[in-house]
Amino acid sequence: MQKETFVLDERQVARVLARIAHEVAERNAGAKSLVVVGIQTRGAYLARRLAKLLSELENLKVPVGEMDITFYRDDIEQRADRPVVKKTNLPFSIDNKIVVLVDDVLFTGRTVRAAMDELIDFGRPNQVQLAVLVDRGHRELPIRADYVGKNLPTSLAQEVVVRLKEVDRQDSVSIKEKKKTVAKK
Amino acid sequence: MKKFKHKHLLGLEGLTCDEIEFVLDTAVTFKEVLERPIRKVPTLRGLTIVNLFYEASTRTRISFELAQKRLSADTVNFAPSASSVKKGESLRDTARNLEAMKIDMVVVRHSSVGVPYFLTQCLDASIINAGDGAHEHPTQGLLDIYTIREKYGKIEGLRVVIVGDIKHSRVARSNIWGLKAMGATVAVCGPTTLLPVEIEKMGVEVYSDLDKALWGADVVNVLRLQLERQEVGYLPSLREYSRLFGINRKRLALLNKNYTIMHPGPINRGVEITPEVADSPQSVILTQVTNGVAVRMAVLYLLSGGLEAAVA
Repeated sequence: MQKETFVLDERQVARVLARIAHEVAERNAGAKSLVVVGIQTRGAYLARRLAKLLSELENLKVPVGEMDITFYRDDIEQRADRPVVKKTNLPFSIDNKIVVLVDDVLFTGRTVRAAMDELIDFGRPNQVQLAVLVDRGHRELPIRADYVGKNLPTSLAQEVVVRLKEVDRQDSVSIKEKKKTVAKK
Repeated sequence: MKKFKHKHLLGLEGLTCDEIEFVLDTAVTFKEVLERPIRKVPTLRGLTIVNLFYEASTRTRISFELAQKRLSADTVNFAPSASSVKKGESLRDTARNLEAMKIDMVVVRHSSVGVPYFLTQCLDASIINAGDGAHEHPTQGLLDIYTIREKYGKIEGLRVVIVGDIKHSRVARSNIWGLKAMGATVAVCGPTTLLPVEIEKMGVEVYSDLDKALWGADVVNVLRLQLERQEVGYLPSLREYSRLFGINRKRLALLNKNYTIMHPGPINRGVEITPEVADSPQSVILTQVTNGVAVRMAVLYLLSGGLEAAVA
């Protein structure tokens, strides 16, 4: 059995998201020109939750969309596997909007880089901000999050697991020790 | 878990239902990419693809080229009429010279069966068959199946009739392999002279009476009568063919209610299909062309994964 340490439970995840929603609203003086865009898969669910919280908080409808960034990855040539690419759905214009990108874990920053490239192909937002549930460090690019649910210092031998009700039947964040197999590069 | 781990696409023969579905699912995503404000993704940046078309083609060549450009690959087109082939260079030499210029993939069309396979034996590049003789035209088969699935939501249980010159048709062969793998009932129909011997061994129903074949069909895939291949006298006359095997409005009454008319193009209007039927709302001929780009993007993208796997 791999050792798994739980860091956030369901109520803590809910509180963290509520706090982020307040921070987003505060920083952007309401949520008028805001749109929320989640990165597939779990970022998309978090984005929907965040948009809902923001909508309730500010009493207006905050548009929410999702992106799969696979086609924009910088390591696609090194990866032999071709996973099923999920839906990209931005049913609104992002021109002159403030886009809050949402992902579950901020790690190397490469996913966010790809997401920004993809976003810019859809239009020209006024601003792009980044919200993540967990920041685990080990950045390889000059990218930082504007809203962080929890800072989680980790070693590279560890794995951060985010579970969300929509797909995993529970809300939680945990740290696992990676299996002792030789890391494939 | 669905997967598609191949380096080459030579035909649909031997592909499993899951593999075909994986390609189609991926194509759904690419169809969405084609609706974006910028219809292009950087996925295959840095890959060089040669389009080696020894036989005339409009749709397939442009479709492949667009698919490559939409994936940000670099492409080179090769037409034998304007090349050293005219000076007598062999296929092998042409191919090896192309490879010496560092290419990653070759899309090839040739009038001889087996040319794509031959290229896999002498090149390291990934090979995609864009039609070899009367053998296979896998991306056409995939886009036909994609178009059917898009409309009906499934393939299993549907009855598909392929009408026309089955003998010379690589489109028919690819469709049969693919549709059979996915659980459709497939019937072929054409003049006896244009039905290959032992075609029933592919697991299809065989008819030379069109009205019998069409009875209860969901999809009719009308093949182009390959006028350039009829000189040896397979047919008494075009008029007779059109009367016996042409799809006209009267015959549509034999089909199931929610029927679909397909044609891989180019159409000989008034020969294998009347303009009235070709332009009717049930005809998805232009949808097939649209889907072709998305399906070819999916194939290029998935095979590029096989490329890396083989190198690694």
